[in-house]
Order: sequence, then structure tokens, then C-alpha cells
Amino acid sequence: MTRYLLRRIAFLALTLLLASLLVFTITNLLPGDPARIMLGREAGPAALAEAREALGLDDPFPVRYVTWLGQALQGDFGTSFTTGEAIAPLVFERLGNSMRLAGLTLLIAVPLAILLGVVAALHANRWPDTLISVTSLAVVGLPEFVTGLILIQLFAFGLGWVPANASIAPGATFAEALPAMVLPAITATLVMLAYIARLTRASVAAELTRPYVRTARLKGTSHGTVLRRHVLRNALLPTVTIIAISFGWLISGLIVVENVFNYPGLGRLLTFAIDRRDLPLMQAITLAAVTVFALANLVADVTYAILDPRIRLA
Amino acid sequence: MTPATATPPRARTGWRTLRSLFATPTSTVGVVIVGVFLLLAAIGPLVVPYQPNEQLLTARSQPPSLEHWFGTDRLGRDVFSRVVAGARDIFLLAGGGTALAVLLGTLTGLMAPTLGGWWDEITFRLYDTLLALPALLLALLILGTIGPSRSSVLFVIAIAYTPIVARVVRSVVLSVKTRDWVAAARLQGESLVWIVFREILPSVLPALAVESALRFSYAIFLVASLGFLGVGVQPPAPDWGLMVAEARNYVFTTPWTLAFPAAAISLLVIAVNLAADGLGRALQGETR
Repeated sequence: MTRYLLRRIAFLALTLLLASLLVFTITNLLPGDPARIMLGREAGPAALAEAREALGLDDPFPVRYVTWLGQALQGDFGTSFTTGEAIAPLVFERLGNSMRLAGLTLLIAVPLAILLGVVAALHANRWPDTLISVTSLAVVGLPEFVTGLILIQLFAFGLGWVPANASIAPGATFAEALPAMVLPAITATLVMLAYIARLTRASVAAELTRPYVRTARLKGTSHGTVLRRHVLRNALLPTVTIIAISFGWLISGLIVVENVFNYPGLGRLLTFAIDRRDLPLMQAITLAAVTVFALANLVADVTYAILDPRIRLA
Repeated sequence: MTPATATPPRARTGWRTLRSLFATPTSTVGVVIVGVFLLLAAIGPLVVPYQPNEQLLTARSQPPSLEHWFGTDRLGRDVFSRVVAGARDIFLLAGGGTALAVLLGTLTGLMAPTLGGWWDEITFRLYDTLLALPALLLALLILGTIGPSRSSVLFVIAIAYTPIVARVVRSVVLSVKTRDWVAAARLQGESLVWIVFREILPSVLPALAVESALRFSYAIFLVASLGFLGVGVQPPAPDWGLMVAEARNYVFTTPWTLAFPAAAISLLVIAVNLAADGLGRALQGETR
């Protein structure tokens, strides 16, 4: 197990290293001069030269990359072009908000999706299955920005149950932030729900056709016991991986959802940074998101290996 | 599994793929709806009553009527004309981007495992790295840097989906590479290019068809999301996502300006999914 874990962590480090190189390369494709973007159109040549010097823009690409990466590893993401303040505290605060929202979403989405998937598989090709698959298809077709806007209309403006603007005060506790987080979390849930439910259904349905299920039933084991002790234990294993894969969707979904609800997370900050062409801020946000995504994959792989010894022995 | 055979599954694969689109009632519905959208995209500008950006100053914020089927927005633009014009954009950007991704993904996915060694390693290391970024994040990072435009949206879709297509193609290639008919072709002294395109490619087609359809449905979402976030197609273009974003503050006064473009996105995505689903079911037996 330790060897497996070490191998996975080394792989994670490599992935992050390559991803950081990719992020840095992309953000340096910019046609034009970051110094000019930072200072604006009126800046004189002397000021531009000074800014280029301060930003290290005159150094060759590899030198700039290594410098940037070295500072990032020490938690220093530079200063924002827009606000002139240090980026790291801002990004970490917003990351915390996004993680809260992601956590709440997973808390709703995962049990619900598994329940729906199992129910659909147990009633394969009968009405509960059809109902679930038709509903999830309809949900798949709804972009999260449309679902979000509809939910705001219904529950914020119509019924007045929750605030329409999901901005939360800095330093608010989870309980204080909860009312503002409910609608965004439900919207993001819909993004993942159909996907996880569908794959869970396929997995459980496939497991039900295995010969051992019939053997157990013929032995006189009750249907419920076969399901609990045998089928679900095997069939829900891939769900761990499915959840990790859909974490990527969750990140994409949250970027949109946070913008619909004006929720102060990383996704909202990213569109802010893009609007102002704030390159260091964009780099820091992307790196943070990539790291979280990679860690989620690592956690899923390790969980899978703990649950299924065949993986780590292979 | 049939016993070892020296004949690859070639010929009429394309035709069978086409026919299997109509294999089930639901996939037929999907294909028909996609067809209607495609037709609108092709001939739309000829049949719509107004230019997408034409402002009828005497008819602002009109509810749907016989004259304006989908109503008009607060600038007096005919929503039906804009939705139809947006269909062309969606097929050009999401469809074009997907096509590019399928082309690049197929070529590299076929060549990498065939050439093997370093080539395979470098290509797929790059693809894995690209996949470390969720699609929307990658798209935002690129568009945020090079600036939003129609061609950059197309480019971004191609970049985001090439690795996934290549992965699917590669997995099929690896599974058929050792089959007898490939060995037979090699023994006959046929060239590598011939083997890849005539012997291996036909086996890849079914999986590729399903994957392309799925990618297209995601690409529609991606284009719409980018438009909604204001980093994709720029105003005043009749982009569906952009139209939803422009309408969001007027949901109470002119709900139709939001409802119709939103419905267009949903309908097209659902239809593409139905078609992909039918395709997958019909071709399932052929991929093994």
C-alpha cells in the first residue's frame, strides 16, 4: 500500500509540474506587453521599462518560469495587476469559499445520485427507471446558467426563501453562509446528478446479471441481503472513480454557477481577472483549481485501492 | 468473440453507422431534431424575417405574436431571427471545433500507438497535462490570454477535446493492433500508413462516431457557457449563451428573451445526446 501511495504521489507531483508549465506557457502566449496591460495606455516608455524590469519580463522564458514556480511553491503568487495587492491571501480566501460550495454540492449530489442510480437499476426498463432516465436527460440538456436563473426566480424573487445574491461576508461561518449557498449548491448538484446516477445504474445493472447473484438467490438468500452484502459492494466501487471524474465537471460547473449567483468563489474571481486581463491572478487561480482537481483524483484512486485490494496488488 | 480471422471489419461501416442512427425511436427523434437545427443553420438567414441585429425601434420588448414568433428584445431585435442566426454560430463553432478535435485526435490517436516509443509517450503526456485542467478552466485561461473572438472559441474547443478523442482512438488501436488481420497485412509487406488507415481505422469508427456526438453536445454547452460568461462570442452577435446573459436582468419584463435561446440550447443538447445514445447502443456489438 505504501509503495502504491508513493507512486501515486510522485505521479501527482509530475502532473502538477507539467500543468504549471502549461499554465505558464499559455499565459505567456499573449500578443502584447503585460507591462502595458498593467500600466494602461498612457504609460510612458520609462515607466514601461521599469515595470518590465520589476516583472522580470526581460529574462528568457525558462528563467521566468523557474522564478515564478519557485515563488508559487513558497505561496507567493505575486501581486495583482488590478489591485496591486498580494494575490495569495485573496486566492486562498476564495478557494475556501469554493470548497465549501463544492462540499455542500457533493453532500447533496452523491447520496442522491447513488440512490437514483440503484433504484433505476433495480427497476431496469420499468417505469421508475424510465422516469429517472427521462428526467436526467432533461437535466443534462439544461445549462447550469439557465437552471440557476430559473431557481433564483422561483425561490429568491418568487417565494423569498433565500437571498438572490449569494455574496457572503468575509470570515462568515459555514452556518452563516449556508442560506446563500443553498441555491448555488442545488444548481451545481443538477450538473453532476445525471452523470453519476447514469453510471451507477449501469454498474449495478451489470452486477445484477452476474452468476453469483443467481447462486445466492437460489441458495435462499433474501433479495435485500444479496443486494446489500454482495451486489452494491461490488457495483458501487466504480462510483468512487466516477465521482472523481465528475469533480472536473463540478469545477467547470462551479465557475458558471458562481457567476450566476455572484458567489465570492474562485470561479467568480477568475472571470474578474479575465475581464481585467490580470495575468498573475489568472495563473494563481488556475494553479489552485488544478491542484484541487489533481488531489481529488489522488484521493479517489487511493480510496479505490483501499476498498479493492486487487488494484494495488496489480 | 469469433475465432481468429484474417479479415478486418471493413466496408460499409460508414453506411451501417449512418443507419444505426435510426435504430431506436428515441435516437430517430434526436436525429430529426438535430437535422431541423442543421437545416435552420444552413438556410436560416434566407427564411428569417429580420436581420439578427436589426433594431425595430417601434417594436421593442414585444411579447411573442404572429409577427414576432419569439417576441422582440428591449432593443427591438426579433428573437426568432436571432435564435435562428445563433444556430448557424453553434454549428460553426461547436461543430467546427468538434470536427477539428476529432480530426486531430484521430490522427494522433492512430499514429501514436502505431509509431510507439517516444512519440507515443510525448503525445499522451501532453494530452494528460491538458486533461489536468477541466475543459471550461482551460478554455477560460486561453481566451483570457489571447482575447475572445470567434476563431479563438473554435480553437479552444479543438484544444480542449482533442486529448479525449485521441484517448478513445488509442484504446481501440491498442486492442486491435495484435489481431491477426493486422499481422497478416504486415506480413504482406503493406506500408504502415496503409495498415493504419485501411486495416485499423475501420475498427475505430464506431467508437469514434459515438465519441464525436458526445463531444459535440459538450461543445454546445461550452460555447454557450463561454458566451454567457462574456468571454466567448462578443455582443452583438446572436450567440445563445450571450442572449441568455443579456436577458437575465429582464426576466420579469421580457421572459421570452431568456426562454427561447435557453430552450434552443437545451433542445439541441438533448437531441444530440439521444442520437449519441442510439448510436452507442446500435454499435456496441461492433466495437468488440
